[in-house]
Amino acid sequence: MLEIKNVSKTFNPGTVNAKTALNGLNLTLNDGDFVTVIGGNGAGKSTMLNAVAGTIQVDTGSIVLDGRDITRLPEFKRAAYLGRVFQDPMMGTAATMQIEENLALADRRGQRRTLKKGITAADREHYIEQLKILDLGLENRMTAKVGLLSGGQRQALTLLMATLQKPELLLLDEHTAALDPKTAAKVLEATQRIVEKNNLTTMMITHNMRDAITYGNRLIMMYDGHVAVDVSGEEKKHLTVEQLLELFSKASGSDEADDKLLLS
Amino acid sequence: MFFSSLLNAAPGAVAQGMLWGIMAIGVYITYRILDVADLTVDGSLATGGAVCIMLMRAGCNPWLALLCAFLVGMLAGMITGLLHTRCGIPAILAGILTQLALYSVNLRIMGSKSNQPISVDKYNLVVSQRFVKELSLRNPLIPAIVTLAVLIGILYWFFGTEYGSGLRATGANRRMASAQGIDTRVTVTVGLMLSNGLVALSGALLAQYQGAVDVNMGRGAIVIGLAAVIIGEVLLGKVFRNFALKLCAVVIGAVIYYMVLQIVLQLGLNTNDLKLFTAAIVALFLSIPCWKDSVRTKKGGVRNA
Repeated sequence: MLEIKNVSKTFNPGTVNAKTALNGLNLTLNDGDFVTVIGGNGAGKSTMLNAVAGTIQVDTGSIVLDGRDITRLPEFKRAAYLGRVFQDPMMGTAATMQIEENLALADRRGQRRTLKKGITAADREHYIEQLKILDLGLENRMTAKVGLLSGGQRQALTLLMATLQKPELLLLDEHTAALDPKTAAKVLEATQRIVEKNNLTTMMITHNMRDAITYGNRLIMMYDGHVAVDVSGEEKKHLTVEQLLELFSKASGSDEADDKLLLS
Repeated sequence: MFFSSLLNAAPGAVAQGMLWGIMAIGVYITYRILDVADLTVDGSLATGGAVCIMLMRAGCNPWLALLCAFLVGMLAGMITGLLHTRCGIPAILAGILTQLALYSVNLRIMGSKSNQPISVDKYNLVVSQRFVKELSLRNPLIPAIVTLAVLIGILYWFFGTEYGSGLRATGANRRMASAQGIDTRVTVTVGLMLSNGLVALSGALLAQYQGAVDVNMGRGAIVIGLAAVIIGEVLLGKVFRNFALKLCAVVIGAVIYYMVLQIVLQLGLNTNDLKLFTAAIVALFLSIPCWKDSVRTKKGGVRNA
């Protein structure tokens, strides 16, 4: 369970460029929740994910994951509990290292890295099985450098890496935004499969309203650094894009909502 | 005449190239694996020489003195690492600061003298210039080759371990490494320590080889190290893909560098112009990948992403 309590974050405080990205944000995720997150540019979606991941330190408030207060924990320590896939396909993998080496690195997330062999024969077999789930033929290219893969293949691999050691929380930061529609659909499908199979608690930022409605059991919309709309269960299942926009303009109390969302 | 004198100088060039090759492997670790330009090495090379020679003059066993040089080199690397990762100083500047400080430290170690000799007649040196053309076990090429083989073996093993892979990942993509739970502040520091330990070991062997340690022996060392790394890559990069072979290529690069140096010296290059020559060679080899790319693009080929 993830509890974000009254979290605020201002970038460049005290300057003309001061920007309040998170503004008294409260959000609780129950175990097994698959939450899609939408909102306009600057609504604080990525900042929220980065705050949870520890890439940025929050000003006030607390972040509690499964009973542990991780608010001040450095990024590399939180990594033990978190799986992450970034928007940029280059970000989540080491391009100059082999597919199996990348997987082995991810497989030891949260464990002490010792002077034991980096990859064992048993590891290899395990990775081949896991790669088959992606259905991209990567299982036949275990020793290929990741830099040779396409963006979609890299994102799929990053997704697998993020979930190889079952994370307590999976964070997906627009992980299909940089892909062409066909590849994006494939990666999303793989996401759905992996999340369901492992019953992962997941937060997925997306700019695609339809995806936000289709995937997950809960949808939140952010506005101005806090959660403006929170829909789940049956209500979410029957949501339409039009309804979503209406909900949003009601919550934010302005008409510019549609533009802000649609143009982003 | 030219060829006979060149042949005469060849064993020396090979031996020197191999000893510098150890230093170049250190540079390879920071420059290529960690993706950090570390200038500490200009100082830690002389530190290694100073520690080794002074210890031996005080009666220390030569192998133990080499080990101590390695450890002190690691300490120098640690200082650069801490300045960089804990104090937020850019790596290149952190290295320059340590290097500058080491100049004073080296003079202290050397008893405030800028040069300290060690006589091959009085001490049992591991490597010495004097025997470079001798066909015996005293020939410095033998310990040089053995040391290199052992070092490359250890490094090959280390970078294949869980920890070593984490170090490589740090160099390949720091953010990814963090997201995988690697404390990159530690891995970068460990990499710098390992690198400077090797550089100091190289300095220690070089000082023994020359029969003296000089406080200026490390000046421009980084450029020679880079030259070795890049010459090795340009000439052998296509053939040598295995990690151990890549390290061999670095050593071969260093040997080639010293051979070329011998040739140009035989051709009458003024020794005062050596540094200029070295810098020019490195600049040339560093530019090759860029030029190759632009030529390929102009021809309408696809730029290698």
